[in-house]
Amino acid sequence: MAKHETPLLDQLESGPWPSFVSDIKQEAEARAKNEKGVEYQIPVDVCEDLLGVLELSFKHGRTHWKHGGIVGVFGYGGGVIGRYCDQPEMFPGVAHFHTMRVNQPGGKFYTAEYLRQLCDLWDMRGSGLTNMHGSTGDIILLGTTTPQLEEIFWELTHTYNQDLGGSGSNLRTPADCVGEARCEWSCYDTQALCYHLTQEYQDELHRPAFPYKFKFKFDGCPNCCVASIARADISFIGTWKDDIRLDQEAVAAYVGGELPPNAGSHAGRDWGPFDIQKEVIDLCPTECMSYADGKLAIDNRECNRCMHCISVMPRALRIGNDRGCSILVGAKAPILDGAQMSTLLIPFIKVEEPYDEIKEVIENIWDWWMEEGKNRERLGELMKRQGFQKLLEMCNLKPDPRMVQEPRTNPYIFWKEDEVPGGFQRDIKEFRKHHLR
Amino acid sequence: MPTVEYGGKTFTVDEDGFIDSFDNWNEEWVQLVKEAEGIDELTDEHWKTVQVLQDYYKKNGIAPMVRILSKVTGFKLKHIYELFPSGPGKGACKMAGLPKPTGCV
Ligand code: HEM
Ligand code: HEM
Ligand code: SF4
Ligand code: SF4
Repeated sequence: MAKHETPLLDQLESGPWPSFVSDIKQEAEARAKNEKGVEYQIPVDVCEDLLGVLELSFKHGRTHWKHGGIVGVFGYGGGVIGRYCDQPEMFPGVAHFHTMRVNQPGGKFYTAEYLRQLCDLWDMRGSGLTNMHGSTGDIILLGTTTPQLEEIFWELTHTYNQDLGGSGSNLRTPADCVGEARCEWSCYDTQALCYHLTQEYQDELHRPAFPYKFKFKFDGCPNCCVASIARADISFIGTWKDDIRLDQEAVAAYVGGELPPNAGSHAGRDWGPFDIQKEVIDLCPTECMSYADGKLAIDNRECNRCMHCISVMPRALRIGNDRGCSILVGAKAPILDGAQMSTLLIPFIKVEEPYDEIKEVIENIWDWWMEEGKNRERLGELMKRQGFQKLLEMCNLKPDPRMVQEPRTNPYIFWKEDEVPGGFQRDIKEFRKHHLR
Repeated sequence: MPTVEYGGKTFTVDEDGFIDSFDNWNEEWVQLVKEAEGIDELTDEHWKTVQVLQDYYKKNGIAPMVRILSKVTGFKLKHIYELFPSGPGKGACKMAGLPKPTGCV
């Protein structure tokens, strides 16, 4: 018999999608039975009280968590999101319900053994509930009490060689697409770069020293499977500089219907036989492709590497061999001054260990933003306030047409004094000699 | 909110051990927080940090950014963590009696 009645939540147990309500109930039951004889360190009925408070929120249409919460582990300024229920008498099991962010591995590849260990730890010292994974990437351990935080941290670091993720005004946990691990479009080893920079900037991740939060994300190609362009202050997006590699025989196989377009992604509906002209040539955004006499041709100088043709005919078209990444900066959610996607800062940079060139870009940006950024001002907002020009100066970069979608249309143009013959110091009397009042 | 007693004084605190009002701060409070925040012995550098935070808060009504705290005290962030193991927010601000840090922490 469940501890609280949950008629509204019970409705979410029907339907085909995996029900989070059924799952939480299952965990509640497992804790109540405790077949393994675990010495639970937080209330056994934490899951039941979580369902109880959620049911109450469904009823009231408002949250029942108190504002904020400042908890953590010694040595770090972040990693744990403190949370307290505003009805602790009714739901003592979730009076404390803190979230721990645990830094996930690149591409989120796991072994069963690792996950089993983590679950054993969390079963004993936490609620048994998780989020796999938070949108930034972390493994999220959902719900424990303050006294358990240091215990869990000790166990994570000493037994599992595993650290916390980031929170607060710092470098948050970086994340990447699966990259070269299992994608033939990856233009650099996203996991290697993500791992390297995560390790390199551990200090910046664990001890908030920034005006506000800062995120890195790594995409192997412009398909952006980790959505770096929308969700990271610095987006690293793989690309190539030379020609798309073409296999005319495979092109013929697509045209002949032996290979399904888009690797069969649209097989759920009859779109007619593959029409290379209609589905590839005519959709190329720069119109740089042609198909004649059974031969496909690409004017690579005009190709903007949008990935469309490669995505449609993965067996026939491949990324070039001269690879690297583009660096884009400034993406953020709407608060305060409007949503932003990242803006192109570096069209092409080689991705080679030990990544010194890339680190130089990152550190130049940080030097500027850490000094000039206002309290709780994201990089994207500082770029708006002080100008893209200023960012280029701080990164020692020359302006390049590729950095703008279109030139400005207003004529409010600033000049530096040394660019203007005679400078800005003028004497009105000199002017009056030629122009009487 | 719960209350705690120390050195003959009573303090009202929230779940995170932050004091309810800056006006109720006194030196006993510092002694009390010391233990919970993993500080063995209070040095002049602890007091200096507390002083800087309090002066800034009285003047500006907010806690200083980390960068400003470092500049005014002359302590690098690394050293602030040596003084206050849970950092400038949870450690130093709590000890100085400032309100609890908010936002996407
Ligand atoms: C009490 C306040 C907040 C809490 C508790 C909170 C909590 C979180 C959590 C738990 C995540 C997932 C982290 C992860 O996956 O590792 C997250 C992500 C995020 N937060 Fe917040 N947040 C808060 C306020 C804000 C505010 C004010 C903003 C915007 C100005 C914001 C923007 C974001 C964004 C954009 C992401 C997703 C990033 C991504 O897609 O990778 N959050 N937040
Ligand atoms: C006695 C003072 C001024 C006179 C006689 C004057 C006269 C004019 C005239 C004749 C035009 C052209 C309108 C057209 O081509 O349609 C113009 C445009 C403009 N003026 Fe002034 N102006 C004066 C002061 C100012 C001031 C103080 C400002 C700014 C602070 C200003 C900003 C502009 C702008 C931005 C335009 C362009 C508007 C547009 O392109 O739509 N003007 N002005
Ligand atoms: S972003 Fe590109 S390289 Fe990375 S997984 Fe997606 S398609 Fe592959
Ligand atoms: S990658 Fe995009 S722009 Fe380049 S040839 Fe293919 S469709 Fe055209």
